[in-house]
Amino acid sequence: MRARLRLGDGTGPVLVVLLILLVALTFVGPAYVEPAGYLALLKRAAPLVVLAVGQYFVVVSGGFDLSVGSLVTAEVVVAARLVDGDDANTWWVIALLLGCGVLVGLVNGLITTKLLVPSFIVTLGMLLVLDGAVFLWSGGAPRGALSPSFRVLGRGSADVPVIGQVPWSVIVLLVVLVAAVWFMHRGTGRMLLAVGDNDNVVRLAGGRVDRLRLLAFVLSALLASVAAILLAGFAGVSAQVGEGMEFRAITAVVLGGVLLGGGRGSVVAAAAGALSLEALFSLLNLLGVSGALESAVQGVIIIVAVAYAAHGAGLRRMLRRPVPDTA
Amino acid sequence: MAVTHGTPGAEDPVVRLEGIGKSFFGVPVLRGVDLSLHAGEVHALVGENGAGKSTLLKVLAGVHRPDSGRIVVRDEEISFASPRDAQAAGIAIIHQEFTLLEHRTVAENVLLGREPVRRGQVDRRALEAETRRLLDWLGEDGIEPGTEVARLSVARKQVVEIVKALSADARVLAMDEPTAALADNEVELLYGLVRRLRDRGIAILYVSHRMREVFDLSSRITVLKDGAFVTCAPTADLDTDQVVRHMVGRPLEALYPERASRPGAVRIALRGAGNERVRNLTFEVRAGEIVGLAGLQGSGRSAIARAIWGIEPFTTGTVELDGVPTRVTGPRTAVRKGIGYVTEDRKGEGLALRQSVRDNTLLVRRAACRGAAARQAADLTRLLGEVGVVARGPHQEVRYLSGGNQQKVVLGKWLAVRPRVLIVDEPTRGVDVGAKQALYRLLRELADDGMAILMISSELPELIGMSDRILVMHEGALAGELPAGADEETVMALATGHGTAA
Repeated sequence: MRARLRLGDGTGPVLVVLLILLVALTFVGPAYVEPAGYLALLKRAAPLVVLAVGQYFVVVSGGFDLSVGSLVTAEVVVAARLVDGDDANTWWVIALLLGCGVLVGLVNGLITTKLLVPSFIVTLGMLLVLDGAVFLWSGGAPRGALSPSFRVLGRGSADVPVIGQVPWSVIVLLVVLVAAVWFMHRGTGRMLLAVGDNDNVVRLAGGRVDRLRLLAFVLSALLASVAAILLAGFAGVSAQVGEGMEFRAITAVVLGGVLLGGGRGSVVAAAAGALSLEALFSLLNLLGVSGALESAVQGVIIIVAVAYAAHGAGLRRMLRRPVPDTA
Repeated sequence: MAVTHGTPGAEDPVVRLEGIGKSFFGVPVLRGVDLSLHAGEVHALVGENGAGKSTLLKVLAGVHRPDSGRIVVRDEEISFASPRDAQAAGIAIIHQEFTLLEHRTVAENVLLGREPVRRGQVDRRALEAETRRLLDWLGEDGIEPGTEVARLSVARKQVVEIVKALSADARVLAMDEPTAALADNEVELLYGLVRRLRDRGIAILYVSHRMREVFDLSSRITVLKDGAFVTCAPTADLDTDQVVRHMVGRPLEALYPERASRPGAVRIALRGAGNERVRNLTFEVRAGEIVGLAGLQGSGRSAIARAIWGIEPFTTGTVELDGVPTRVTGPRTAVRKGIGYVTEDRKGEGLALRQSVRDNTLLVRRAACRGAAARQAADLTRLLGEVGVVARGPHQEVRYLSGGNQQKVVLGKWLAVRPRVLIVDEPTRGVDVGAKQALYRLLRELADDGMAILMISSELPELIGMSDRILVMHEGALAGELPAGADEETVMALATGHGTAA
């Protein structure tokens, strides 16, 4: 009984969207007839899904994290310089990147909760600061290179019994997702939702609202670091690697039916939103739609998804019952 | 405008609703309800929560279109496509939440969107003159048209809201729980206003839970139950018991449970406690006892609760819990020391409305407890059964529950951590009669189990019916203590500073 699988809020529509996109892909792209095509899609989508899961924690607790895209860029550039092509440097640099992620999350979270600056502004500021720092440090052209062992996570595959070759990034993605689902089912995850719904209630229940919010920012930045590591391996080093990722992550979360302002939404749906977005881009790409249109499409999605969330019930009713008769 | 219309005594109803039916998603909410409103009468509409009162109000206001039935305004069948049509037909609703712009003046609010214009600009003098004329017509001379609304008391805001409706030529005024937001002494003022409106030929539909108001004001009463019309009769032909029986559909056994026989040890004691809102409080609450805290709004009743709970802590004196002097510095310490607090503002402070029954019930335990205690959730079913929540399941969002069930969830949230002391502030506000009775029983059971309960309420019958002792506050200090079953006059005399403790 208790273990019965329940779909979280808003998971239904996004899963339908995702399914339609995946089916459409089989018609358009020959590669998608076989599982390998989808595995490649998952691999490509992994960084965005991980980012979206991180963004989900912040959004659901009532905030925004706009700094994740710049954080990804900054970490990739820093990693290239510090690793400098040497395998000996791989592991301590990865640890350092994760540590930097936690630090950025702490700064975002502490400024939001202690100085009471809205998270939208704090993380926008962090975005600009990180952007500027990367530019200053790299002069616009990142130096150094990643080591082969560093790039394995982003582009390599592991031998999994029975299934065969599975990309490391897909494994990371699954681990992150399972951990996130587990976390959201536990008390702390439920509290995070309650904070986004009504922080006053949580405070009066004896909860530590600031700590919970802080935790969301730390998780978001930490997962952004994971995404950075995956993306660095997959896409290579450039000073534009994380550009626009924050908006993609927010679009993904919104597409997953997560309520902006907090208090409602499931993490699976947010991940499905990210996957849908990536599938949509692949579809557009296969249809020969210009890449320049991607951001326009994203803009439309975010507006439509929020409008649907806000007026969903009303819209559905209007569609079901045509124009009311006038007396 | 408003002054010219209205001829009291006309026998034809101003508005007649006939056989109104309305369903939402296939669930019937109203089933063939009749209601007629005459000029110059106060017509009370009563029923438990969920009986369909607010849906009926919304049909009258043009918010919902009825699925069946007719709306007849002055012998003419009308269909309202929107609230604007209802306004045009002279029907205005005064909701519990006001629709005033806080930072504009009274006059600007009253004539919002219909400001008199001279040479392309708002004519402020005409604006204020018109507003003053309406206020005078109502006999409300205490309100200046030029005052900013934010500076007015709740009662006066309500007057402005009514004047605003009248300025749009309303002949029918539906008031939804108009006294819910008012302090006790303001209720009398509202009575006066309602009577003056009636005398000036306005038809008033008065929706209230409070029987005393219904009987003080109305000339006819319509009772709804489960969306259906039960009866409509002149108030003079009914008594409270009959009306309650019509509402509930069954006789109410004694509304209040038996009192505790013998209180146990002192659970919480205040010794000379005070802060900037209250001063020199000395009293104790024992295990097994329900102690009522009476007083007018602003007398410091809720301030005591907030101080005990560390939101605005005491600055002088001491608080002892089970005989140990304790300092409570905030909600977290309060919860951990075993003090629970059901606040007055259920939706703002009590519940995370979009979360499930389950998550709300476990909120305190998850928020304030660590480790095993926080994780242990196996007794959720028992807990919900104990408080008697009726929901579709533990995963239903609490915002879809009725007021009574929401309040039970709030209580369940506290029971999950088994507090030693429970403070309840207006525990039955916005709760229907049946659920009230269940809440009273529950509180008494908790007391019998050894909890010390401090109960704050502005409904004197409830406070007197429930309390083993009554403490009365007056202007931030204790005015006296009364035994169980004290009468309302004695309590009010102390609360208003005119009496001495028995």
